[in-house]
Amino acid sequence: MRYLPKSDSDRLEMLNACGVSSPEELFAHLPEAVRLGRQFDLAPGISEYEIVQYFRDRAAENGNGYASFLGAGAYHHYRPVLVDEVVSRGEFLTSYTPYQAELSQGTLTSIFEFQTMICQLTGMDVANASMYDGATAMAEAAMMAARATDRGRVLVARTVHPEYRQVLLTYARNQAMPVEELGYDAKTGMLDLDDLESKIDDLTAAVIVQTPNFFGIADRVKEAARIAHARGALLVVVFTEAVSLGILEPPADADIVAGELQSFAISPSYGGPYAGIIAIRDKYIRQMPGRLVGQTVDSRGNRAFCLTLATREQHIRREKATSNICSNEALIALMATVFMTVYGKQGLRELAVQNLAKAQYLAGRVKPRFSGPFFNEFVVKVEDQPVDELNRSLLKNKIIGGLSLDRFYPELAGSVLLCATEMSTRADMDEVANAIVSAAAAKEVTA
Amino acid sequence: MNKVRPHPSQNERLLFEQSSSGKRAYQLPELDVPAVDAAEALGAANVRAEIEGFPEVSEVEALRHFTRLSTWNYAIDHGMYPLGSCTMKYNPRINELVARTEALAWAHPYQPEALSQGAMKVMAHLEAALAEITGMDAVTLQPAAGAHGELTGILLIRAFLEERGNPRKKILIPDSAHGTNPATAAIAGYAVENIPSSAMGVLDVGALVRIVDQDVAALMVTNPNTLGVFEENITQAAEILHRKGAMLYMDGANMNALMGIARPGDFGVDVMHLNLHKTFSTPHGGGGPGAGPVAVKKALEPFLPVPRLKRTGKKWAWDYNRKRSIGRVKAYYGNFGVLVRALAYILAHGGSGLRNATMDAVLNAVYIRKALEAYYDLPYTQPNMHEVVFSDERQAKLGVRTGDIGKRLIDYGFHPYTVSFPLIVHGALMIEPTETESKDEIDQFIEAMISIAKEVETDPQLVKTAPHATRIGRVDEVAAARKPVLRWKPA
Amino acid sequence: MYPENFRYTKEHEWVLAEGDLGTLGLTDHAQQELGDIVYVDLPKPGARVKQGDSLGSIESVKAVSDFYSPVSGEVIEINHVLAEKPETLNTDPHGAAWLVKIRLTAPGELQGLMSAAEYESHIGAEK
Repeated sequence: MRYLPKSDSDRLEMLNACGVSSPEELFAHLPEAVRLGRQFDLAPGISEYEIVQYFRDRAAENGNGYASFLGAGAYHHYRPVLVDEVVSRGEFLTSYTPYQAELSQGTLTSIFEFQTMICQLTGMDVANASMYDGATAMAEAAMMAARATDRGRVLVARTVHPEYRQVLLTYARNQAMPVEELGYDAKTGMLDLDDLESKIDDLTAAVIVQTPNFFGIADRVKEAARIAHARGALLVVVFTEAVSLGILEPPADADIVAGELQSFAISPSYGGPYAGIIAIRDKYIRQMPGRLVGQTVDSRGNRAFCLTLATREQHIRREKATSNICSNEALIALMATVFMTVYGKQGLRELAVQNLAKAQYLAGRVKPRFSGPFFNEFVVKVEDQPVDELNRSLLKNKIIGGLSLDRFYPELAGSVLLCATEMSTRADMDEVANAIVSAAAAKEVTA
Repeated sequence: MNKVRPHPSQNERLLFEQSSSGKRAYQLPELDVPAVDAAEALGAANVRAEIEGFPEVSEVEALRHFTRLSTWNYAIDHGMYPLGSCTMKYNPRINELVARTEALAWAHPYQPEALSQGAMKVMAHLEAALAEITGMDAVTLQPAAGAHGELTGILLIRAFLEERGNPRKKILIPDSAHGTNPATAAIAGYAVENIPSSAMGVLDVGALVRIVDQDVAALMVTNPNTLGVFEENITQAAEILHRKGAMLYMDGANMNALMGIARPGDFGVDVMHLNLHKTFSTPHGGGGPGAGPVAVKKALEPFLPVPRLKRTGKKWAWDYNRKRSIGRVKAYYGNFGVLVRALAYILAHGGSGLRNATMDAVLNAVYIRKALEAYYDLPYTQPNMHEVVFSDERQAKLGVRTGDIGKRLIDYGFHPYTVSFPLIVHGALMIEPTETESKDEIDQFIEAMISIAKEVETDPQLVKTAPHATRIGRVDEVAAARKPVLRWKPA
Repeated sequence: MYPENFRYTKEHEWVLAEGDLGTLGLTDHAQQELGDIVYVDLPKPGARVKQGDSLGSIESVKAVSDFYSPVSGEVIEINHVLAEKPETLNTDPHGAAWLVKIRLTAPGELQGLMSAAEYESHIGAEK
């Protein structure tokens, strides 16, 4: 087998050195009762070419070459060619967690830059080296808030990504952490502040809002912060569309920011691997989960970087750790770092404004359901045809339409969540607009 | 020392230190729709000032920056990582190629199921393969890492016991366990009770009988354990637990010792996780991504995270109608890109290939043990499997500890082994070569370790102040922790 | 080396009682075992503790250790020097690096603790 670098004579020599004559003898000490005693019921090993063919066959069974208007937490953005160039370098791809600083300055330096750029983007003081995804980052942020405030209750906006809320519930259930939902204004699509006022109390550890929210709308972070802080609760702000931070005011009033970086040159890849982050105010540093890279000096006085504040983590604190996280999404975070470097200060803003322009164009041709200001996603009430039918007709033209909202919001059945990015063409947007408008127009004419 | 030689290595500043206004590495296409004014579209209060401090560099500088940084790293592509419990095996490049297959890499998790049959088949195929390899009945691919899988597994146990009227209060964890085990138990809402290892460093069945009662939900065990020793009494342990209505969780980190030889499902395990970034060769990437699939026996299947893959005729679909599920542990379906790589690995090996890999992994580890036994103290003398654990007792008498020896190994061209773990060995040196190391590489490793053992006796200071050949010397971790500087700031 | 007027515990804490006010710290032996201290986690003033309760923890780079109260009482004051300079615990564990001042509620407990001589032989035996 091409990954086993031993010749038969090598093996023989080594077996001799071990004092055995066959490899099976090395397992002789295992109790008979546990031995498998047969071959695996798996197909025999195949060649490189056949492996490529297998996945080509799977690709053929997947849609390809479609224009897509799906967002909802995973976004189609252009991936600069430098990204795969960098992460494919063996020194990054095949290296281990940087516990041994002298052999890992490449990884450690790039993580330090990553942590810095996330802070600059979000307006927070400290960012960690990544979490599994935005959803688990949010759950960990809630647990952090509980530890920091010594309280148990969590209020989360209904306009936070539904799957993120589901993950939060899974974690919260076992932490004696009651979770309650906050409603949204049916006109604006934004957080219902009255609902927040009425539900918050002195047992509330965290108020969680997302911006742009699941409906694509820039939400009421400042007001939510005011209300939360007045009661001693922490404000957790979540983002799923990182490109929005290129133009949107960062959530400076947040205590904890939990977000998803998939938009930064991470392939949608049917849902993963992505990279979550947590960014916080300085004062909560000891409650922070995940790895942290810090700057220091070496024995010769050179600047160097190393993992630090490890006493928060599982390998030292064990059951009292801030989290059980060990492996994170380091290589994925590196993709995001390269992306942020390629676009840079001006490019990220320009990219965000292009997204805005595309979405504004599409929205101008259909009618957004909510009046709140949106970034690159918005909700449309589809009149006179079921959303499924609209999407079926679009598929015929190789266009994947928006997310039908009845999947997560029964009260918004008949509405669709459309996302336009810098990769959406005018022609495709016209197709979508026409498909939405035509049935309604036909109705209007006859009315 | 002929494995390494010095060579000029590029210095490189941080991005922010070479940033200059007006430099750019990107170009966006012209808009095909009217431009918009951000303040008009969003409201002025929603528009940010520029991203202060964000770098501006050219494409050349960007590529050079990351290339130079990369040259400061050690990696599997350079040479062996003898890291115990990490299974740092070769990351096959074909896996990278197929993971980038456009229709799979570009697939949106919410795209129509009719357009996702290929991706779903990949996952179904992997689920089936992992079930066969572990001897279990059902697999979820949702968890994003081993620790995530552990949490999922313990939550499954909780749900099972809850349905029976009592989730119970505590999880038993051996003192030799990886730190994620107790951390996981705590997040799952259980108290942790330590179960001390026997004098032989293995599961103390006598202690287990005494400790297991109606308050114990499960025992978390690693097999082979973190000493690299097979838990011979595992079936007995399973029976003891089951008799009291408790379950057996297995941490599958050491699965590389078992493939084709023994299956956890066959020796009493109820639920376990796998580390695809260990046993199944997906790249560590400097710390992640991983994937931590969880395999269960039938009884736990109804509680698996939602959604589950379901086949009707020839069509695959996501089944969200799972009332007894523990819920979601991650958004979407799992680290799909990692799953593709693991499946490619399994396809390349086939059944007998996986078994051969395990056999070579164990051969390599036993070979190293035999070669180093005379130089390093072996605290536990039972047969070891894919890894071997020495202690620094001999060297400690001369003032040199396992951490120092590991650092000196760097000068010889290797990454250190796992230092000071497991905790039941004083000053542990935990060595796992994996099967993808040649005899040559292993012999050089052995030579290096023997040479260092001799240096400890003749020139201990040399070892204590190592490494000497690297770009940077030992870092001041104390200063880094006392006054944390966790981001760059302008002067 | 170990002040005569301190009382000591098996877990390497010391207490100096002046009337009903007790000053607590860690012994020189403890700081040696812990290595370079990077962080000290202290309780809040007002906290009530029983003898043997965990008061907080001490962190080095690679390890964390809880420290326990040798006496019962109420925390009156904590040593803010340690927040800025945790290394003081390494350099002056019996003086400037006191951890906590406690108003004693059961001064009789002091009898059950070790004298300097008893403590020195205790750590001698541990070696």
